[in-house]
Amino acid sequence: MLIITCPWCGARPEVEFRYGGEAHIARPADPSALTDQEWADFLYNRTNPKGLHAERWRHMHGCGRYFNALRDTVSDFFVTTYKAGEPRPDIDGSSGGNP
Amino acid sequence: MTNRFRTASGGRIDRAAPLSFRFDGQTFSGFKGDTLASALIANGVHLVGRSFKYHRPRGLLSAGSDEPNALVNVARDAARAAPNLRATQVEVYEGLKAESQNRWPSLAFDAGAVNDLASPFLPSGFYYKTFMWPAGAWKRFYEPKIRAMAGLGVAPTLPDPDRYTQNHVHCDVLVVGAGPAGLAAALAAAESGARVILCDEQAELGGSLLSETTATIEGQPAADWLAATLATLAGKDNVTLLPRTTAFGYYPHNLVALAERVTEHLAVPGAGLPRERLWQVRAKEVVLAAGALERPLVFPENDRPGVLLADSGRTYANRYGAKVGERAVIFTACDAGYRTALDLKAAGVTIVAVADLRTEVSGELPARALAAGIDVRPSTVLVGTKGRLRVSSAQFAKARNGEVGPTETIACDTVLMSGGFTPSVHLFSQSRGKLVWDGAAGAYLPGTSVERERSAGSCRGVYGLQRVLEDGYAQGEAAARAAATFTSPARGATPAPATPSRTIPASADDLGTAGFIGATPHGRNPALAKAFVDWQNDVTSKDILLATREGFRSIEHVKRYTTTGMATDQGKTSNMNTLGIVSEALDTPVPKIGLTTFRPPFTPTTFGLFAGAARGDVFDPLRKTAIHDWAAEQGAAFEDVGNWKRALYFPRAGAGGRMEDMHAAVARECKAVRASVGMFDASTLGKIEIVGPDAAEFMNRMYTNAWAKLEPGRLRYGVMLREDGFVMDDGVVGRMASDRFHVTTTTGGAPRVLAHMEDYLQTEWPDLDVWLTSTTEQWSVIAVQGPKAREVIAPLIEGIDLSKEGFPHMCVREGTILGVPTRLFSVSFTGELGFEINVPSAYGRAVWEAVHAAGERFGITPYGTETMHVLRAEKGYIIVGQETDGTATPDDANLGWAVGKAKKDFVGKRSLARAAMSAPDRRQLVGLKTTDPAVVLEEGAQIVADPSAPVPVPMLGFVTSSYHSAVLGRSIALAMVKGGRARIGTKLMVPMPTHAIEVEVVEPVFYDPKGDRLNG
Repeated sequence: MLIITCPWCGARPEVEFRYGGEAHIARPADPSALTDQEWADFLYNRTNPKGLHAERWRHMHGCGRYFNALRDTVSDFFVTTYKAGEPRPDIDGSSGGNP
Repeated sequence: MTNRFRTASGGRIDRAAPLSFRFDGQTFSGFKGDTLASALIANGVHLVGRSFKYHRPRGLLSAGSDEPNALVNVARDAARAAPNLRATQVEVYEGLKAESQNRWPSLAFDAGAVNDLASPFLPSGFYYKTFMWPAGAWKRFYEPKIRAMAGLGVAPTLPDPDRYTQNHVHCDVLVVGAGPAGLAAALAAAESGARVILCDEQAELGGSLLSETTATIEGQPAADWLAATLATLAGKDNVTLLPRTTAFGYYPHNLVALAERVTEHLAVPGAGLPRERLWQVRAKEVVLAAGALERPLVFPENDRPGVLLADSGRTYANRYGAKVGERAVIFTACDAGYRTALDLKAAGVTIVAVADLRTEVSGELPARALAAGIDVRPSTVLVGTKGRLRVSSAQFAKARNGEVGPTETIACDTVLMSGGFTPSVHLFSQSRGKLVWDGAAGAYLPGTSVERERSAGSCRGVYGLQRVLEDGYAQGEAAARAAATFTSPARGATPAPATPSRTIPASADDLGTAGFIGATPHGRNPALAKAFVDWQNDVTSKDILLATREGFRSIEHVKRYTTTGMATDQGKTSNMNTLGIVSEALDTPVPKIGLTTFRPPFTPTTFGLFAGAARGDVFDPLRKTAIHDWAAEQGAAFEDVGNWKRALYFPRAGAGGRMEDMHAAVARECKAVRASVGMFDASTLGKIEIVGPDAAEFMNRMYTNAWAKLEPGRLRYGVMLREDGFVMDDGVVGRMASDRFHVTTTTGGAPRVLAHMEDYLQTEWPDLDVWLTSTTEQWSVIAVQGPKAREVIAPLIEGIDLSKEGFPHMCVREGTILGVPTRLFSVSFTGELGFEINVPSAYGRAVWEAVHAAGERFGITPYGTETMHVLRAEKGYIIVGQETDGTATPDDANLGWAVGKAKKDFVGKRSLARAAMSAPDRRQLVGLKTTDPAVVLEEGAQIVADPSAPVPVPMLGFVTSSYHSAVLGRSIALAMVKGGRARIGTKLMVPMPTHAIEVEVVEPVFYDPKGDRLNG
């Protein structure tokens, strides 16, 4: 079970959280202006990287807040977590755990 | 009864505490401190089991958790029976009852042993090759037979009466293994002030030190040093010592699971003590000091009772005062064989000869063996053994460069073998650390770490008592230092090599790192010689060679084809020799062959440990409404809806005192609602209070409906979509004020809907000033439905104009009922005039009872969820999740009218604009009437145009709801049918296994299609 650091509450066990998919995919301001293909990209297409992944988590059984995390999908270690609305930290490659 | 094979003195058993126990019905004696294995050996018993496949007689092989043969069933009573326990780990207590397994009728005469004679027909993979025809026979005949023949112990069928507990703990340093390395590590970490947990799977902490008779540490005998060290550790507040505790699983971010056996060793378990305790340890740093396991040698007939691992023979003598035999032959590839020879000779065992695989035999231990007059034979192998239920002789032969000379048979009652030691890297490997082949050590050793752990001592290839102690001390110090600066579970880098801050002088026999991997040469007909690699799964070197001949190259494939290493011991004694054999057969070096994956648990773990207290009533949380107990007192039948208990129907005693069945009760309840009035506990409906200046805007974006113009005091049926345009939830929403909505959701959907709303509010529209609060459990909801509903509640309500004009359908008013504040909804899920009384849950039951009393003069009828389902289906009201399945648009579900066409955007709107979402052949909600009104369709049944059409018959849709309607006197059904609305008036067929049922497609509203009754 992972340890996840909620930016509001601190380090907590994984059971308190819900995964929320890839981060930094904003809902288009005017969906009606998008083509079907553009809308499908927004709805369904995700990056699924090997390595650092920016993703959303919700501290469901805690403060209830959504926040973002950078997790290394190879090692399953978190590099950092940050509040929703903040930009993705400028971190390259993986440094949280050895892949 | 005396123990014929007990040494005169010595060992850690308590000779002042004799006790008796039973094995296979026979009474034996032993001492406190014995394991079942050591006590049996002291009584001269080696035959303890029959093998898995060939039913060959098997004896004790080892003295520890790696034991593959001696699996026993220990039962205090019929419910407290534990199968497949390793006799080497079962502590003997007064009155212990143990039984051997996998034999019939008895251990000495086992009918299944015929398999051994048939073994030429049972090669590896035989079940894939042999039981192929006739095709149907596998399930009916072969599989049940094979399962009955193969086998391990039998699980008890009675419920487990014992208690299991679970601890969640944090510590700075967890040390796994309390041998010399682990003790030194724990000592070092504890001295630095770190919070330390030290666990070990054995009854006594000490590991290999428990078998030492001559070693010294810091000038003291090893046993004295051990006692002093344990006393020091036990005296420290920051140290927790856990004997009888197996670290069985290493999970991400340094979560290590420990299984503590609390009362298994007690003749009378203490009241209040759990049987086992699961420790979920979250450690900042972990030190693995798991030690090393001795490897067997793979030679023909190495599985006879009386053939043991050499160091285990030494442990039985030194630690338990039990002699493995009177005349022992030793077959070794390293100096461990000599250490055993010397210690056993000192214990009074005759050492017949030592066969050493090596040509060059030098060093201190062999020299001492020669000096002691032991017959040492270099370049010698054992090529077989004889004896029926116990080894009676061993065949010696010279072997040089693979050439095996003539054999010499030598009588003996014991063969002790040693192929060297394999570092126990199981937990390191579970932590996903990378193993690296070390040619000098001849072993896989821990390489790159992933978790915050480090290995110490022989589990990382460090041998020699002083080196092991100092390595343990250094790793313990380093772990404590790392824990002190801990910030997150992420590992920055593999720990640097550590040097101890002090020396720990010690002297003990030095075994070096020599050893052998693979099968030893025997020069016999390979078809007739069974040299076992995996004792528990009956895999021989021949089987592994067969797999390589048949083309298996990957060690993972060889493992699965031959099942080597797949038994409950997970190949603790077999993995390396398998690698050696494959390596030789494929002429490929071991590191190129790779290694199979180690997985938890390290040793078998009980289900009770995992279940803990989560059994029976507390297996899953149970949710009850405030009105639940009233319903239970009335004898209601309940159903589970999510975690909720909901009243399904309220049976009454009918004519002759017989209780109604569900059909009769539901028919009566339905008629009562339509004719007069009924009441229903709707408290489980999800409720969310949405408040704030932007509440209406938020509702506009989350629901398909238009909310801006909904006046305070009005209700509206809302439909919620996912962003992909499919119906997610529905519910009635009341506007309490311009900035306040009372939202209801489906019973099962409440948490999902709230999470969905929070997601959008927090991450897409954080600028909206809105607050969401779950109020599901704050309100009790009492639905009063039927033509008399208004008359029932009128006398109880204050502060609300209940007149038809003042309080029409789909309104919400605030007032009081019996003085209790209420939000009163005029709403109906039955098609009748109806009200839903929302009151604070603390008053739920009191208000319910008052309404029930007030309704008595109208014959008010409490009804359950089944009647609610029938009534709403008569009206064609959908249930999200029953009519819809995550692929239905609002229009598919006849809810197109609830979509605000003029709204610029809402969640799901863009997806609805895709052409496919309005295709005419989409499945659409329709009603079905069976031609025979007495026939009730099965929910889920498929719908076709022509059941006799060529296969595959085109499927047009399926039945989603189906009931008998007592009010209509016929069956009714709802269905999703392709292009359904255009098919209204046509006939379709519902094929069943025996016949097809003709149905007419109709409008989905069966009762009061104009809706006149809603207004009373």
